[in-house]
Amino acid sequence: MADFEIPELKDYVEVPLPQIGVMESEGPFIAKPDHQEALGFPGELVDDWENVAVNKLGDLANRYRGLRVFLDSCVKCGACTDKCHYYLGTTDAKNMPVARQDLLRSVYRYYHTPAGKVLSKLGMEKLIGARKLTEDVINEWYNYFHQCSQCRRCSVFCPYGIDTAEISMAAREVLDQIGVGQKYCNEIIGKVYKIGNNLGLPEPALADTLEGLEEEIEEDIGVAVKLPLNKKGADILLVTPSADFFAEPHVDGLIGYAKVFHQAGLNWTLSSHASEAGNFGMFIGSYENMQRVTMRIREAALELGVKRIVFGECGHAWRVAYSFLNTLAGPFDFLDPNYPVPQHILEVTHDLIQRGKLNIDASENDHMTLTFHDSCNVARATRMGPKPGGQMTIPREVIKAVCNNFYDMPQGTIGEATYCCGGGGGLLTDDLMEIRVKGAMPRMQALKTVVEENGVTHMAAICAICKSQFSKVIPYYGFTMDQIISVHQLVGDALVFEPDETEKSEESETSED
Amino acid sequence: MSFLTILFATLFYFATAVILIGVGFKIWQYATTPAPLKIPTMPAPITRSGVVVRMAEEVVLFKSLFKGNKWTWIFGWMFHFALLLVTLRHLRYFQEPVWWWVNVIQPFGMYAGYAMVIGLLGLLARRIFVARVKYISAPSDYLMLVLILAIGITGLAMKFISHTDIVAVKEFMLGLMYLDIQPMPTDVLFIAHLSLVILLMLVFPFSKLLHAPGVFFSPTRNQVDNSREKRHVADWALKFDETRKS
Repeated sequence: MADFEIPELKDYVEVPLPQIGVMESEGPFIAKPDHQEALGFPGELVDDWENVAVNKLGDLANRYRGLRVFLDSCVKCGACTDKCHYYLGTTDAKNMPVARQDLLRSVYRYYHTPAGKVLSKLGMEKLIGARKLTEDVINEWYNYFHQCSQCRRCSVFCPYGIDTAEISMAAREVLDQIGVGQKYCNEIIGKVYKIGNNLGLPEPALADTLEGLEEEIEEDIGVAVKLPLNKKGADILLVTPSADFFAEPHVDGLIGYAKVFHQAGLNWTLSSHASEAGNFGMFIGSYENMQRVTMRIREAALELGVKRIVFGECGHAWRVAYSFLNTLAGPFDFLDPNYPVPQHILEVTHDLIQRGKLNIDASENDHMTLTFHDSCNVARATRMGPKPGGQMTIPREVIKAVCNNFYDMPQGTIGEATYCCGGGGGLLTDDLMEIRVKGAMPRMQALKTVVEENGVTHMAAICAICKSQFSKVIPYYGFTMDQIISVHQLVGDALVFEPDETEKSEESETSED
Repeated sequence: MSFLTILFATLFYFATAVILIGVGFKIWQYATTPAPLKIPTMPAPITRSGVVVRMAEEVVLFKSLFKGNKWTWIFGWMFHFALLLVTLRHLRYFQEPVWWWVNVIQPFGMYAGYAMVIGLLGLLARRIFVARVKYISAPSDYLMLVLILAIGITGLAMKFISHTDIVAVKEFMLGLMYLDIQPMPTDVLFIAHLSLVILLMLVFPFSKLLHAPGVFFSPTRNQVDNSREKRHVADWALKFDETRKS
C-alpha cells in the first residue's frame, strides 16, 4: 500500500525514543518561478540568499513580537517534546517541537543575538546551539518546516506559550523571500488570485455544480432547496472552502448548510469572487498575501450588499476568519451590528436549534454512532459563541441535537489537546503522503479506542482539510473513507421537511431577526 | 583597600549595570515590537482581567507546564519558588534595619536552599537521562544548571558546613549599597558564591534566562480573545489598509 512503514496502532500512544534522520528528505515539490512571482516572491534561489535570509529573519523578529519572544525564551525544558503528532508518528527527533524551532533558533542566535555574534567570532557558537546559515540548513528548513501543520498543540503545554506554528510561518516566509517556496501552497494562492478559489473552479463551473446539487436535493427530499450564487441583496454571504463544492464528504456538508438556511428561511448567497474560505497566506506566513486573499471577502460582501458573513466548515479558514479577518479586511461597520463578523455556520445552526427554529428528527442518524474530531485550528486558535471554549461545546451540542449516539474520544486527544488530522498547514499534498499518514497516527489511535469501546462507526469533522486528509489516510489504518462525515451532513440528514412547512418558512423570511 | 575588595566591588557594580541595562533593553524591545495578529492560544480569556488571571496562573503555578509534564513541573516549580524565597531571604544582607517580613521568612529560606538544589538536580537528571531532553540540550543548557547549582551549594555550605563571617559579608554588601566600600571577606566559599552570582548576572540578558521577562510578553498568553469585537492592527500594517481598494 505504501513504500514506507505505517505506524502500528497500540492501546495508547507510546512516546518513542528520538531517532535521527527518519524523515530526512528533499521535502515537498518546490514552487515554479511563475507560482512564486504571482505572490511577489523571487522566482528562484536569489544570488545572495544568505544575506537575504538573515536580514528577513531579523526583519520578522522586529515586526512580530511573538517570534522575538519565542526565539529568545525557550529554556529547553522538554515539555513539548512528546506533544507533536508528527514526532509521535515518525519518531524523527527534528519533529519534536523544540527541535523544529531550534532549526531556526540556532540561526537567529548566530546572527541576531549578542552572545551568538561574539561566540561565533571565537568559533564557540556550538556552546549555545548557534549555527551558521548554509545551504544544508536551508534544505533542512525546507524539509522540516513542511512537516509542521501549524496546529499549535505544542503551544498549549509550553510554559511560555511558544507556538511552533509562528516559527514555521516565519521560516516559510524567509524561504519564500529567497525564492524557495512550496509548490502546493503557492500555486494554490495563485489560483485564488486568478480564479477565486483554491481549486481553480471558475464561475460557470461553480454555477453548474450548484445547480446540480439543487436538483440532487430536490430529488432526495422533494423540496426545492436553493444554493444561490452572487445573489445581490441577500442577507448572508456564505464563504466556504471550495472543496465543499464537490469533494466527499465535504459536499454533503454544503447541502446541510443549504438545508439549514432553507428551513430557517434565511436569505443567503455564495459568491464566485470569494468562492474560497481557505487562506493559504497564513500557512506561508505572509501577511501581505494573507491580506490580499482576505480582501476578496470584503469586496464580495460590499458588492452583494449582504448584512452578515458566515463561514462554512473549515479549520484554518475559521482561524483566519475569526482571529484575523477584522484585522486584515475590517472594519465591517457596513454589516448588521447585531451579529458577530464573521460567524461560523455552527454558531448559526446552534442558535437556530436553541431557539427551536429547526425541525429535527435525530433518529434519522440512528444508523451511525458518532465521535467528533476537534480541528486543531478551531480548537486552539478560534472561538465560537460568546464563551471561551464554545468552539468545543457548540459543535458537540449540535451533533448531540441531531444524533442519538455520540461518544468523545479519550481526554488528552480532544478539546484544546486535540491531535491534528496530519494534513493541515499546507501539507495536504500527495508529495507529502508519508508525513501525512504517519502524522495521523495519534488521531487514528484515539479513533480506534472509541470504535472498540463504544462501537463508534463515524467520525464527524468541521474542516475541509481534516475531511480530505482523513478520507485519504484512514484506509492505511484499517478504516474506510466513508467513516468521515461533515457535521452539517448530520444536521442536514436530520432535518424534517414537510412540503407545506416549506411554504411557511419562506413566508417568514425575517423571522430570525 | 585590598585588590580583592576593589576587584569585587568593581565586578559587582559592572554586573549590576549589565543585568539592569541588558534586561531593561530586552523589556523595551519586547514592549515596542508589535504583535500584528491576534494569536492567543485558545480557549483564552475574553477580558483584560481574565488575561491577568491567566498570566498569574502561568507565572505563579506554571499551569501550562503542569499540563505538559509533571516531573518537569515538580522540579521546575520547586526550583523557582525556592529561588524566590532564597533571594528574598538574601535581602537582609542589603538593608539595615531589615524589613520585618524578611525576618519572618528566614527559616523558610534556609530549607528553600535545599529545595532549590533538589529541584535543580532533578532538572539536570532529566536533561541527562531523558533521551528527548538530552537531544534538545546544548552545552549552555547544562552549564546554566551547573552554575545555579554551584551558587546554591556554595551558599548552603556557608550556612551548614563552614560558617562564614556573616557580619563581615553584610558590611561588605551594605558598603556596596551605600557607595562606602568595606573590606571584602576572604572566605573562599563566599568569594566563590559571589563570583558565581556575578557570572549569573552577566549572562542573564544574553541567555535563555530571558524567559523571565519574555513570558509576560508572549502573545499566545497575554492577548485578549476579542478579535471580532475590536479591530487590532499593528502600526506597520496600517500601510496595507491605505493601499486597499475597498
